[in-house]
Amino acid sequence: MIGTAMMSIEDDVQQLGFFQDYWENFLHDFWKQFLWTDGYHYTGIAITLWLLVASVSLGFVFSVPLAVARVSKRRWISGPVWLYTYVFRGTPLYVQLLLIYSGMFGLDFVQAHDGLKHFFQEGLNCTILAFALNTCAYTTEIFAGAIRATPYGEIEAAQAYGMSKFTALRRIVIPAALRRALPSYSNEVILMLHATTVAFTATVPDILKVARDANSATYKTFDAYGTAALIYLSITFILVWLFRRAEARWLAHLQPRKH
Amino acid sequence: MFLEGYGPLLWQGTMVTIELSVLSLLVAFVIGLAGAGAKLAPSRLLRYPATVYTTVTRGVPDLVLMLLLFYNLQIWLNDFTDWRQMDQIDIDPFAAGVVTIGFIYGAYFTETFRGAFLAVPKGQLEAGFAYGMSRWQVFHRVLFPQMMRFALPGIGNNWQVLLKSTALVSIIGLADVVKQAQDAGKGTFHMFFFIAVAGGIYLALTSISNLALIWLEKRYSAGVRSAEL
Repeated sequence: MIGTAMMSIEDDVQQLGFFQDYWENFLHDFWKQFLWTDGYHYTGIAITLWLLVASVSLGFVFSVPLAVARVSKRRWISGPVWLYTYVFRGTPLYVQLLLIYSGMFGLDFVQAHDGLKHFFQEGLNCTILAFALNTCAYTTEIFAGAIRATPYGEIEAAQAYGMSKFTALRRIVIPAALRRALPSYSNEVILMLHATTVAFTATVPDILKVARDANSATYKTFDAYGTAALIYLSITFILVWLFRRAEARWLAHLQPRKH
Repeated sequence: MFLEGYGPLLWQGTMVTIELSVLSLLVAFVIGLAGAGAKLAPSRLLRYPATVYTTVTRGVPDLVLMLLLFYNLQIWLNDFTDWRQMDQIDIDPFAAGVVTIGFIYGAYFTETFRGAFLAVPKGQLEAGFAYGMSRWQVFHRVLFPQMMRFALPGIGNNWQVLLKSTALVSIIGLADVVKQAQDAGKGTFHMFFFIAVAGGIYLALTSISNLALIWLEKRYSAGVRSAEL
């Protein structure tokens, strides 16, 4: 009895070692593709981070003026921005990407125009465009909410100093609103990282594309997607840590007192 | 012809999307309640696994988890049936989709419910016990209805995100509205049009849920005093 029990434990240990070798072999074959290149193109983490940085930066740049427009009292300014954020927040990002990547290319006016044709032929362009439009819509709403939360006393003080509308926005309202928006903004950036996974459907070789290729080459489904999951988890943790540092710096006045 | 003859297929796809979303919501709801219970439990044996579950699940993209679970569920089941020397059981892809999405969003619901349970004032529970109610009575008469009131905005948010994330199941081969629209687009060479129709269907679904949520929130905040500045 004891003998057989020992045997099965040894089997288990051996099997565990076997799985470890298995995963190590897997990583040995694919680590470079997962990190930055397959020898010809950039792939994996490099592409995922590029997608994230490009779309989030574009989204940020456009969302600040859009957020100001969104809180405007004039309906003809705030209305179109409302419609834009409503449509892009009410439909899945994957559908938006399909519309831009598979849909646009077939349209007559795109086919007729060489520049547009080349632009929409390239998966990476379409992906960044779709991602930027999507994250810009969410970011606009986040910033608009933060601008609405500006204490009226601050605006009155700015007016009392004789600041023009633009100066008050630039010096008082927007800097404070961006700080206030930081916690929700960090959430949006992390959601965007997770959303970049649909990029492979437009043939962009991001982390998940490498995992899919590795899966079809080896049939090691768990290793392939498990590795991808671990990488995404690590990037998420790093982002969370970075944003925590940023909050400690820019929201220091809201921290609980330490002494 | 209306939608170039693809109307019925798109309707079928829409139904698949709705069924998948609603069933996943139910699974996620149950997992969320259990998870919140585990996270608030005094026992570490319950708390730690629940914390690992919510952290990992929310830290990994939906699509990666979907691919990981969707394909591996069948492989694991095959290993199990081999081991027990049973016949192979084929998992229905739709059921696998429900389980997968339910599992992922269960983590988000766990956090929502945990926050809502904590928001119920302790004094109310103590008052319940002081009236001689049992633990179960306090739970279903005081804690649960109050908790739902606090959880509702979070539930609404999660539902909208869940509904939109079902678009990803077309990637793992389920015939949802996105898949049907893609097929229609390929068949007619009017890809843009059909994808836009799919987008419109999603927009209609999210708009309807928005209205329903506003109504629910009004209902659940009956008796809450509010003051306008």
